[in-house]
Amino acid sequence: MSDFDHPMFRWDRDGEGVVTVTMDDPDQSANTLNDRFSAELPVLVDHLYAERESITGVILTSAKKTFLAGGDLGMMMRANDSDRPRIRALLDGSKQQLRRLETLGRPVVSVVSGAALGGGYELTLATHHRVAVDAPGTVVGLPEVTLGLLPGGGGVVRSVRMFGLLTALQDILLTGARFRPAAALEKGMVDEVVATVDEGLAAARAWIAANPEPAQPWDRKGFAIPGGTPASPKVAAVLPSLPAVLRKQTRGAPATAQAAILAAAVEGAQVDLDNALLIESRAITELICGQESTNIIKSMFYDMQAINRGANRPEGVPAHTAKRIVVLGAGMMGAGIAYVSAKAGLDVVLKDVTLEAAEKGKAYSAGILEKALAKGRSTPEKRDEILARIHPTTDPADAAGADVVIEAVFEDPELKKKVVAEVLPYLASDAVLASNTSTLPITGLADGVPRPEDFIGTHFFSPVDKMALLEIVVGAKTSDVTLAKTIDIARQIGKTPIVVNDSRGFFTSRVIVEFINEAIAMVGEGIPAASVEQAATQAGYPVGALALMDEISLTLNRRIREETIAGLAAEGKEKPLHPAAAVVDRMVDEFGRGGRLAGGGFYEYADGRRTGLWGGLAEHFGASNTEVPLLDMQERMLFAEAIDAVRCLDEGVLRSVADANVGSILGIGFPAWTGGVLQYVNQYKGGAAGFVTRARELADRYGNRFSPPESLVRRAESGEEYT
Amino acid sequence: MMSVPSSPSSEALIYDAIRTPRGRGKSSGSLHSVKPVSLVVGLVEELRARHPGLDPALIDDIVLGIVTPVGDQGSVLPRTVALAAGLPETVGGLQLNRFCGSGLEAVNTSAQKVRSGWDDLVLAGGVESMSRCPLGADGGAWMNDPATNYATSFIPQGVSADLIATTEGFTRDDVDAYAVQSQQRAAAAWSGGYFEKSIVPVRDQNGSVVLDRDEFMRPSTTVETLGSLKPSFATMGSQGGFDAVALQNYHWIERIEHVHHAGNSSGIVDGAALVLIGSEEIGSRLGMAPRGRIVATATSGADPTIMLTGPTPATRKLLDRTGLTIDDIDLFEINEAFASVVLKYMKDLGLPVEKTNVNGGAIAMGHPLGATGAMLVGTVLDELERRQARRAVVTLCIGGGMGVATLVERL
Repeated sequence: MSDFDHPMFRWDRDGEGVVTVTMDDPDQSANTLNDRFSAELPVLVDHLYAERESITGVILTSAKKTFLAGGDLGMMMRANDSDRPRIRALLDGSKQQLRRLETLGRPVVSVVSGAALGGGYELTLATHHRVAVDAPGTVVGLPEVTLGLLPGGGGVVRSVRMFGLLTALQDILLTGARFRPAAALEKGMVDEVVATVDEGLAAARAWIAANPEPAQPWDRKGFAIPGGTPASPKVAAVLPSLPAVLRKQTRGAPATAQAAILAAAVEGAQVDLDNALLIESRAITELICGQESTNIIKSMFYDMQAINRGANRPEGVPAHTAKRIVVLGAGMMGAGIAYVSAKAGLDVVLKDVTLEAAEKGKAYSAGILEKALAKGRSTPEKRDEILARIHPTTDPADAAGADVVIEAVFEDPELKKKVVAEVLPYLASDAVLASNTSTLPITGLADGVPRPEDFIGTHFFSPVDKMALLEIVVGAKTSDVTLAKTIDIARQIGKTPIVVNDSRGFFTSRVIVEFINEAIAMVGEGIPAASVEQAATQAGYPVGALALMDEISLTLNRRIREETIAGLAAEGKEKPLHPAAAVVDRMVDEFGRGGRLAGGGFYEYADGRRTGLWGGLAEHFGASNTEVPLLDMQERMLFAEAIDAVRCLDEGVLRSVADANVGSILGIGFPAWTGGVLQYVNQYKGGAAGFVTRARELADRYGNRFSPPESLVRRAESGEEYT
Repeated sequence: MMSVPSSPSSEALIYDAIRTPRGRGKSSGSLHSVKPVSLVVGLVEELRARHPGLDPALIDDIVLGIVTPVGDQGSVLPRTVALAAGLPETVGGLQLNRFCGSGLEAVNTSAQKVRSGWDDLVLAGGVESMSRCPLGADGGAWMNDPATNYATSFIPQGVSADLIATTEGFTRDDVDAYAVQSQQRAAAAWSGGYFEKSIVPVRDQNGSVVLDRDEFMRPSTTVETLGSLKPSFATMGSQGGFDAVALQNYHWIERIEHVHHAGNSSGIVDGAALVLIGSEEIGSRLGMAPRGRIVATATSGADPTIMLTGPTPATRKLLDRTGLTIDDIDLFEINEAFASVVLKYMKDLGLPVEKTNVNGGAIAMGHPLGATGAMLVGTVLDELERRQARRAVVTLCIGGGMGVATLVERL
């Protein structure tokens, strides 16, 4: 055994003095920046230095499917204030090793096969030459920003020095974009692209032979950052607008990571490499130990992973693969469902009442595929193959043998029952019977269907090809087998499925109404509508509530309200009327402003585009209420949704916290920085107790609807988080 | 126990106030060929010529406002001025910077030195060769450090001025009409010879006159001619993201109305000014008669995003400090950084047009950043004398959200 024990880095020295270091974690299926990596990297580098005189070059590659995955997300999610010194020390340690690696005085070449994202790509930036193998999984990039972090392993510092300040910021760091080999080569993120690992190793050897004494560009005399430092007039001219453009793009929502990236990149470009690395470490330590990264990692990684790995899936049901799907109704939703199904390899029967309508639904797929083709993201063969799987028809008999049907016709219970009944005789006997609806109770729709245990709700979001969420609604009689199969189908067509129990509005449609109603209520209080919209977007909602209401239509809002009141009355219940109702009634009845399709709502429109808020709002509801602070406006919206989500959990509509968090972010635009609608409660200053105190304050000021539910008060007392 | 005797405090008296004419602040401007140090040295020589009794050895300090103290204006230019002007080696130099308020701040600081009794005679003023040392050439964290810029919601002043117009409801016609009035009043003042006492022509080393008039003015300006000018800050507002920043802070506004352009904003010019400030005692000793008195000074911060609203709180502070009311003041001189700034100030304080910027301002004649405040002290002193009036308030809005104000009394 050598003096240098680094089992995760296999060491093969050939006769010419080239050492091939192959990353191959003996305990894990993938290579990750884990404790083992951190412990062994210094040993490896020591080893290289110890044998340097006999080494002519180093090739760094991986034996796994992934080149090297990023840092320990669990550790970063849990890190808090008290961890700052420890995190800094950890970062300083690994950065020092990367610095030693790039100053070895011998050529070091990365041969990247599989994903080198985040820390993986940062490792390659500390080598002198990057060769990418054009394998299906090969992708490079620095996606840290998407988790509320920044590349803290030298990624900010080296990318700025390699690509220039503005290019690094705008194309790589702030977007977190992932680059496939060809795109990476074009951008200069890799230096060569080869077809196989063997070719990669050969290319590495050739480069080593040709470059016996390489140095990183920034270690060469006379090095200048491409495009100039922040002091150069060209860069200085745009510096003042960088934060403003960020605020414009984020619409004022919390963007701690992006702001930190801007700051670390610019400040780092003003000083030498070592000080730049120090500035970068300080910045990422703050992000890792801060709240936003915790929220985002929890929801977008752990909650998402739990859902996609089947946390909601009943155990003991064999894995199911759908082969033939019938989509009833070729409108916007049906056409979208047909597209994602065909793309996933299913045969699709797209049925509508006329062949023309069905063909039009298929044309939607053709349109998407043409666009992909034009952008070079598809091939004519792929396009034709996908389109060939979609069979537009009017004939129920074409449903023969299908193992799943999804109806996506108008939100009319009788119509929905009728179209399903029409194809039912032709389907496979155990076909999943799914209804795409955003609000209609599934149990009621299943009523009268011969196989109610096979009946289930699938609430898709529009546009279906872009929205990742699927809200699966379990009716009173839906069987576990049907649920498991539906979850499998959702995964098959690339959707993230949350599962909720049947109830009016399910989870997403019910909770989003609270957001919208709160905004409308504020208009009724005489708060300027512009403030109401700013409050939403600055809280992190992708679009203002009033703009959203115009899209959904005020008339629909009222219909849902009336149906809800009637539904509750039938159960002998009553819910206090939301103050938004009076505003909606006036808008619809008095002013004839039902929303965008009705010609106008809270906004005015020209050619279908918003031109500005409707002047009548100020006139009829007033716009001089400046008593309500922006923070109150924002938290009224956020709290209204969070409190209703707690009720959903109490009532058993929600089955898990992960569903609430992921569903709220992916489905209804709840701000991603919060980690989702229930994580928002956990992360509120003071935790659940702080949330309860604030909820009571809002209740005192704005109405009883903010009074915290009993279960939440109990959590606040026990200190138990929503996990 | 021994105590060190200190001089009794004194009134801060103005013995003179002079300035160069303002040259267009670009390479085609007449003063682009003249170094900033020379602009000030010329004024020092003029003061000595006007006041033969002025013993230079008694000058304690030269305090100059300079907003972009780099290049030609770097390295404590006021001390360089003292040396270049051949003043005794005991005369100090201090460069200070309060952005557009620098020239007035130099006057105020000098007045404070004198009034405290710790200095007797100070040359206060400012200089800015905007053609040689462009605005922003000194960088700074406020604009150029993303963390600071982001945290403080930085936007450029032009967008701030448009934000003021939007929040106050000033239309394009309102601001253009104000600009035309500035041009007309400046033209009238020049043709009436109201500035004669203060303007010192700039000469080269051969004695040739380089510039003897404010060359930026366009007296024939009308609302119609201004109408064809495109808003200057609309593009940076939208593409630079600054409108979004402004609206996020002023959330009740739906959009920024971009009404300012080159014709209703202060002109970019080169120029310098000096004010001779001393105690009563030094005046009698040197045989100089005081023209005026610095009664009080004040500064105030304001919201940094709308930025240019500081003159109102600074003026209120000034009046509170002196126990005076608006009616006690005969003239108001507010720097015409942008038309909306003046209109808002007048609206806030209820000022009549007859008392405000009566001889035009920077929209017509230009705003040589570091010098303007000191220039305005001379302008109001001349006008108080011409009108035989008593008190004037001089004030400027300031980058970063500040205001500075000075109460000048004619003696």
